[in-house]
Amino acid sequence: MFREPLLREPMPDDNNSVVIEDLVKRFGDFVAVDRINLEIRKGEVFGFLGPNGAGKSTTIRMLCGLLTPSSGRARVAGFDVGREPESVRQNIGYMSQKFSLYNDLKVIENIRLFAGLYSVPSNQRRERIEWTLEMANLKGQENQITATLPGGWKQRLALGCAVLHKPPVIFLDEPTSGVDPISRRQFWDLIHHMAEEGVTVFVTTHYMEEAEYCNRLALIFRGEIVALGTPSELKRKSMKGELLLVECEPLGNAVEVLQSAPGVIDAAVFGNALHLVVRDAATAIPRLRSYLSDRSLTVRSIEKIPPTLEDVFVSLTTARDSGKESKA
Amino acid sequence: MTERLQSAILAEGLTKSFPGILAVDHLSFDVSSGEIFGLVGPDGAGKTTTLRMLAGIMPPDAGTASVAGFNVAHDPEGAKHQLSYMPQRFGLYEDLTVDENIRFYADLFGVRKAEREERSTQLLQAAGMREFRKRLAGKLSGGMKQKLGLLCALIHRPKVILLDEPTTGVDPVSRRDFWRILYELSSEGVAILTSTAYLDEAERCHRVALLHQGKLLFCDTPPSLKAKLGKGVLSITSSEPRRLRDQLEHAVGISSLVLTGDGLHVVVDDAALRIPEFEARLNSAHVPFSAIQQVTPTIEDLFVDAVGSGASVYVS
Repeated sequence: MFREPLLREPMPDDNNSVVIEDLVKRFGDFVAVDRINLEIRKGEVFGFLGPNGAGKSTTIRMLCGLLTPSSGRARVAGFDVGREPESVRQNIGYMSQKFSLYNDLKVIENIRLFAGLYSVPSNQRRERIEWTLEMANLKGQENQITATLPGGWKQRLALGCAVLHKPPVIFLDEPTSGVDPISRRQFWDLIHHMAEEGVTVFVTTHYMEEAEYCNRLALIFRGEIVALGTPSELKRKSMKGELLLVECEPLGNAVEVLQSAPGVIDAAVFGNALHLVVRDAATAIPRLRSYLSDRSLTVRSIEKIPPTLEDVFVSLTTARDSGKESKA
Repeated sequence: MTERLQSAILAEGLTKSFPGILAVDHLSFDVSSGEIFGLVGPDGAGKTTTLRMLAGIMPPDAGTASVAGFNVAHDPEGAKHQLSYMPQRFGLYEDLTVDENIRFYADLFGVRKAEREERSTQLLQAAGMREFRKRLAGKLSGGMKQKLGLLCALIHRPKVILLDEPTTGVDPVSRRDFWRILYELSSEGVAILTSTAYLDEAERCHRVALLHQGKLLFCDTPPSLKAKLGKGVLSITSSEPRRLRDQLEHAVGISSLVLTGDGLHVVVDDAALRIPEFEARLNSAHVPFSAIQQVTPTIEDLFVDAVGSGASVYVS
């Protein structure tokens, strides 16, 4: 079988380091990824969201050169994922929440292992290992057994190992799941710092707390991109309606009553209150007040609140999910 | 809410240490019937250890745990009939179908056949999983597996359920379904203790205990927790978030500043005072930005404020 040389000059790509054109992946009759198009700029922190089974992992596998597209194409760091998968793999870093680290090895042993896996030339090894320790702020911890590191430190070690070969593009899968908020903030500072130096960061996550750290987000659902924009653009434009916070008594009856109220798209319990999606907040609020009190429910407050990314996500996916799973 | 004769779950001075680490440090809280109580904190905060002690799986070094009125240490069998514990990796049999898994747990808990059918139909309905009864558990999505685990844990109608990070790895739509089931159980009077590492998920609970390194930081309802911060939180969006940060990072009055994807999340001493100051500063530096908005604090803001920024590991 003909193999192309690993280190070739990438094709010039202007400022886009991931370009996806009409990318399709079929498994038998099932279309997992259905003609998606995306352009991700150099130095961008890009978030890729979607429910389980939406085509997220399939897309990532294609972008990492692990799965050949059925049609269309994608270039990552200038290399075509279908024709030059090995060059793609040499030019990316991948870090998953399920750590790729060996827990029973020392910090330094994990780093050396990854230097070997990525074939870092021997004359650069020492310098890259030093850089990784420095970047992950793990100087002085070289001989610690990885398993004994606190969560946030492990996360930084995993990131260090994923980028020690200086890839221009890195893929992060739920990188800060379970980490305490302070370590998480520090981790994202590190990511943004790398992005400022021109590294392109492609993040997949279920957690909207992580999505907020991305410059732009795409939502994939049933193999298609259904929304694309900055976090605030998505919150402003993508909701099918407006969000209300309703405090009333008794809560249990109120959900049922409100689910069939005119103008209400969705009603759900949220802590000690209700979240309501309505077509238009201004007209809905007075109508809901009388609607609830007519049914002898006590209204304490109704106010319009800004949607979270999770609200946007749920609204976009259930709107397209015509009744199959949404009305469970 | 139902009359509160006794706490459905009561932890008094629970303490547990492992070699070299004090995992849970004099933890006390109570949960009443119908309440959804969140045990919230990062990995290693002591959530799982606390749940194990409450479930009677691990004896505490000190303190007592009672569930539905039974002292877990003295009367473990009494407690076990009233409670259900769903660990992070719930033991589903991947090569059994959804129905078969439920039946297995029904037998394990000694649920009578007649009752079992009615209960499992009701649970599958509530979970939106009726059409999946014949599917192998191993072929379910992550969210569905978690729901099935919960259904199996509920088959014997426990009065108290203990859930260890039930929504980890579950997408937002399935997570919402999962919470819908919890709210339904709560309205039936079941006491629910659930742990999560996600501070935004904590907002769904009726009451929350914030844990850090085995200690209780705060315990209150989400709105009261947010009110505790006592500082202003500002949200500023910009097409050039990095320039925005460079301008404001050393401004006076800021106690925390986070660069997000399209702006900044800033905690300040006095919002009314700082908003015009920041606006003037950004305008004179010609940094594009949208209006500076004061927003409701998050539980994360409170956590970070309480724990402090700790040892700085920021790499410049």
